[in-house]
Amino acid sequence: MIDRLRESAAWRLIALTLVFVLAFTLVGCKKAEEPEEPAVEEEVVEPTALILASTTSTQDSGLFDVLIPAFEEAYPEYKVEVIAVGTGEALKLGENKDADVLLVHAKAKEETFVAAGFGTERRDVMYNDFVIVGPAADPAGIKGMTVAADAFMKIKTSGALFVSRGDDSGTYTKEISIWKASGETTPTATPTYQLAGKGMGDVLKMASEQAAYTLSDRATFLKLEGTLQLEVLVEGDKALFNQYGVIPVTDATNAEGAQAFMDWILSDEGQSIINEYGVEEFGQPLFIGNPS
Amino acid sequence: MEVFWKAIAEGTRLLAHGDPYTYGIIALSLRVSGISLLIASAIGIPAGYLIGSRRFRGRSLVTAVVNTGMGLPPVVVGLVVYMLVSRSGPLSQAWTSWLGGIMPRILYTVPAMILAQVIISLPLVVGVTLAAVGSVPMDLRLQARSLGASGWHEAALTIKEARRGVMAAVAAGFGGIISEVGAVSMVGGNIEGSTRVMTTAIVLETNKGNFGKALALGFILIGIAFLIMNGMTWLQQSGGRYER
Repeated sequence: MIDRLRESAAWRLIALTLVFVLAFTLVGCKKAEEPEEPAVEEEVVEPTALILASTTSTQDSGLFDVLIPAFEEAYPEYKVEVIAVGTGEALKLGENKDADVLLVHAKAKEETFVAAGFGTERRDVMYNDFVIVGPAADPAGIKGMTVAADAFMKIKTSGALFVSRGDDSGTYTKEISIWKASGETTPTATPTYQLAGKGMGDVLKMASEQAAYTLSDRATFLKLEGTLQLEVLVEGDKALFNQYGVIPVTDATNAEGAQAFMDWILSDEGQSIINEYGVEEFGQPLFIGNPS
Repeated sequence: MEVFWKAIAEGTRLLAHGDPYTYGIIALSLRVSGISLLIASAIGIPAGYLIGSRRFRGRSLVTAVVNTGMGLPPVVVGLVVYMLVSRSGPLSQAWTSWLGGIMPRILYTVPAMILAQVIISLPLVVGVTLAAVGSVPMDLRLQARSLGASGWHEAALTIKEARRGVMAAVAAGFGGIISEVGAVSMVGGNIEGSTRVMTTAIVLETNKGNFGKALALGFILIGIAFLIMNGMTWLQQSGGRYER
């Protein structure tokens, strides 16, 4: 009798655990579905997923928060799912056909990508520019310089700390091209050159905390400026130009959606949203459309 | 210090105002990790019992593999699951060659996230369960068997004896996945409204420079983990009371 009681106690305990786990699982289900309900009622047809692989810097800039809803309004048959990764990973996702359309910024790599047959075509969408940022004290004395490559050289020779993205991102690709222009080979990690391997936001924070220099896209910098002790020291050089391109993936799951997204972002409607974004908040647009 | 109070206040505000974005990601976190834990427990507790209570060849090797699995980096699990379910991956190719057509997308969906979290939590549940079961005196089981207990009775008795350890196993599994970001970010994609969970939202807000909101979400996550772990302890104790 005691044995049976003990046994049932053990089972009761296990059952209680499972019920408990199941209970909060179900609570999770219910709550998660709540916000979806109105959408289902409004639209009879379930929208098809359109996977847009893009970069963390574009997502962190906040552009998608206005661009995607506008696209979905124009094309209610598609539901855009943004995967924000580095340009290298975005291209890899496209190569594996795990994304339908790419919006990235590393022109040479994008052209190679299309030439290899992974994308149907590549079109210019917009640009913003890179800026060299650093501490206001500017120990390397680069403020106001007009040639990015010279500024890089001066940072290096002064022995000031430089934090590099050190990933496969468009920003890092740009940084390497500037080092090349300065006559330097690709720098390797040294005590004054850190390869962070992180996203733009993280690298800006690392640079700020260490009073170091880094290369950033203007959009991310403007967004984060309030939380950073960094300022723009070098800007305006043509070499700091940051071109974004759109590429529909070859044989994409949602090839029609990918084409529609490309056409829309290059249209007057898409372009005007790009050109207006940021004006209200920062007094200047973060991106400038230049569709090709 | 003020920044932390502000974050706690912001977290409370998000919860009190029923902010749908916040509740959505909390619910999804609980759903993904809850279902994962349920699956991992359903497989892991029996597996842990069998490995912990039976003597068989290669048992120490199996134990070593399980213990290694307890230290699996989530991002590696994420990468492996990604490569598995990718449209260019083996699953998709097998689908096309055997069934024809294109496999429905698994990547960037909740099931992919659950798959990854089951893989992360399973070794934790198995490992802690088998350690707990192994510490139950052999005499007890022998005695039960000599009194005519069936295999099921013996298992029930052993797990009951080891209940604290089994509960710790479930708690370890839960702790390992509710706070995990590497795998859910990779296979879920952090898509707003469909695969964004608390941890990936925290990373996103941090990258955006919204430290306050990131910290607020962090405090909410800690609060939820506290409630759930406490609930488990309470259950364990109420089970003990029932026994008397």
